[in-house]
Amino acid sequence: MKVLVPVKRVVDYNVKVRVRSDNSGVDLNGVKMSINPFDEIAVEEAVRLRESQLASEVIVVSCGSTASQETLRTALAMGADRAILVESEAELQPLAVARLLKAVVDREQPRLVICGKQAIDDDANQTGQMLAALMGAGQATFASKLVVDGNAIHVTREVDGGLETLAVGLPAVVTADLRLNEPRYATLPNIMKAKKKPLEVLPAASLGVDVAPRLRHGRHEEPAPRKGGVKVADVAELVSKLKNEAKVI
Amino acid sequence: MKTLVIAEHDNSRLAGATRHAVTAATLLGGDVDILVAGDNCSAVVDEAARVAGVSRVIRVEAPFYRDLLAENLAALVVSLVQLKSYGNVLAGSSAWGRNVSPRIAALLDVAQVSDVVKISGRGRYQRPIYAGNVLVSLESDEPVQVLTVRTTAFDCAGEGGPAPVETAEAGPDLGLSRVLHREISRSERPELGAAKIVVSGGRGLGNGENYQQVLTPLADRLGAALGASRAAVDAGYVPNDYQVGQTGKIVAPGLYVAVGISGAIQHLAGMKDSGVIVAINKDPDAPIFQVADYGLVADLFEAVPALTGTL
Repeated sequence: MKVLVPVKRVVDYNVKVRVRSDNSGVDLNGVKMSINPFDEIAVEEAVRLRESQLASEVIVVSCGSTASQETLRTALAMGADRAILVESEAELQPLAVARLLKAVVDREQPRLVICGKQAIDDDANQTGQMLAALMGAGQATFASKLVVDGNAIHVTREVDGGLETLAVGLPAVVTADLRLNEPRYATLPNIMKAKKKPLEVLPAASLGVDVAPRLRHGRHEEPAPRKGGVKVADVAELVSKLKNEAKVI
Repeated sequence: MKTLVIAEHDNSRLAGATRHAVTAATLLGGDVDILVAGDNCSAVVDEAARVAGVSRVIRVEAPFYRDLLAENLAALVVSLVQLKSYGNVLAGSSAWGRNVSPRIAALLDVAQVSDVVKISGRGRYQRPIYAGNVLVSLESDEPVQVLTVRTTAFDCAGEGGPAPVETAEAGPDLGLSRVLHREISRSERPELGAAKIVVSGGRGLGNGENYQQVLTPLADRLGAALGASRAAVDAGYVPNDYQVGQTGKIVAPGLYVAVGISGAIQHLAGMKDSGVIVAINKDPDAPIFQVADYGLVADLFEAVPALTGTL
């Protein structure tokens, strides 16, 4: 079983982003970029499937600029077998990415696609579900457990109010939530080995997919900061403030 | 342009998120219909008909809608959009809405706008990105506007109606997925996403037993929902559905009491729109104090029982 894992290059989760002074976007100059943390979990899950011989090959794919090769190398160092960069310097919105991934799926015919549940830059949480729709496949989002069972998968999902376990026929799209696994750190030998693994570059235009942005992004702003409050001396003062000043209890 | 709001429910009750989505839908202008797809869900149909602002309820019943799974539901919504010429499709931005909605958008070949917090007119929205650290305004000319709306940003629609109920034909049963089992916690407490008061605990509580012993009496006294930081959930103190934060639930109660929570960015993203924030933490430098209206630097194991006793 081939497993395809889409990965995205995003601003590192430790970076506090700043809006550009002309409000046209987020300032990405000199900012540390990393693999999207949810995608890292997806790669880990796929690599574990291959290590337990449930997957035959793990292919990672990224849609974006040349710099995304770095992100793909990170995934290769974690244990993915080969990588595909669908190269585009233009802005790619979730539907465009889903369409590009669909073209890759048509070519590679994976039985399982594991995505991160959302990217931590645009927080859209759409691509996996959209890809499943375009494939006409079943979907299991926000996965915290994945079990392969013959021609189907059993996926435990984190839903409002608890957990839900689905059986989904293959091919299927799974999106990874935080508690699916703890991704490994790539070791130095594996980072070296990853440099020699195949990385194919496909110009987005060669896939014959319309990737024009559908949404126009305008003004970016930082939300009004919460003004700092006061420290209270003890429980009695806290209760008095909540009753008489804030009037919330 | 008519709007279709997709009802989230468990065949017996309408989820709170849907009422907020109805309020958002009224801001788009035009009729607001609400789709109740389910199995033996008459109670939900009646409840939906009495939501203020709803023009009509579209009722679709079939056994394969019982669990509101994305594949069959999306196929149904797409056929209704085409049949009845809906210009907008809305769902609350709950785990359920986030699962279903992008599938609908992709089948309609339109972009989706996720987590809308402000509607300035049809096609003009604002939404948070980067864990709520940036708000972006955007415009969409898509023929069908598919939105998920952040429930804390729109009021809960009250009682009205009753709106007329129309029955529509079920769509196909695609048979792509099925529910094996569910572990849904049934609680007498208010729903975390809709509660007026939330008491939330973090790593400072040390373990799950302490969490229950220290926080439950306070939540009982306040009639509050219980929440937790990601650290507390990851450490196994409480189940995943307690998590407040960027990747958990986004809450905005009138009062949020953070106990033993340091205040990581991803936690703040989930609660910083609360009315009044109280932080109890023994570390005076904890970032939670920067957003707290009232900070109490104290040992939570003494302060919280004392607080419970005083209320």
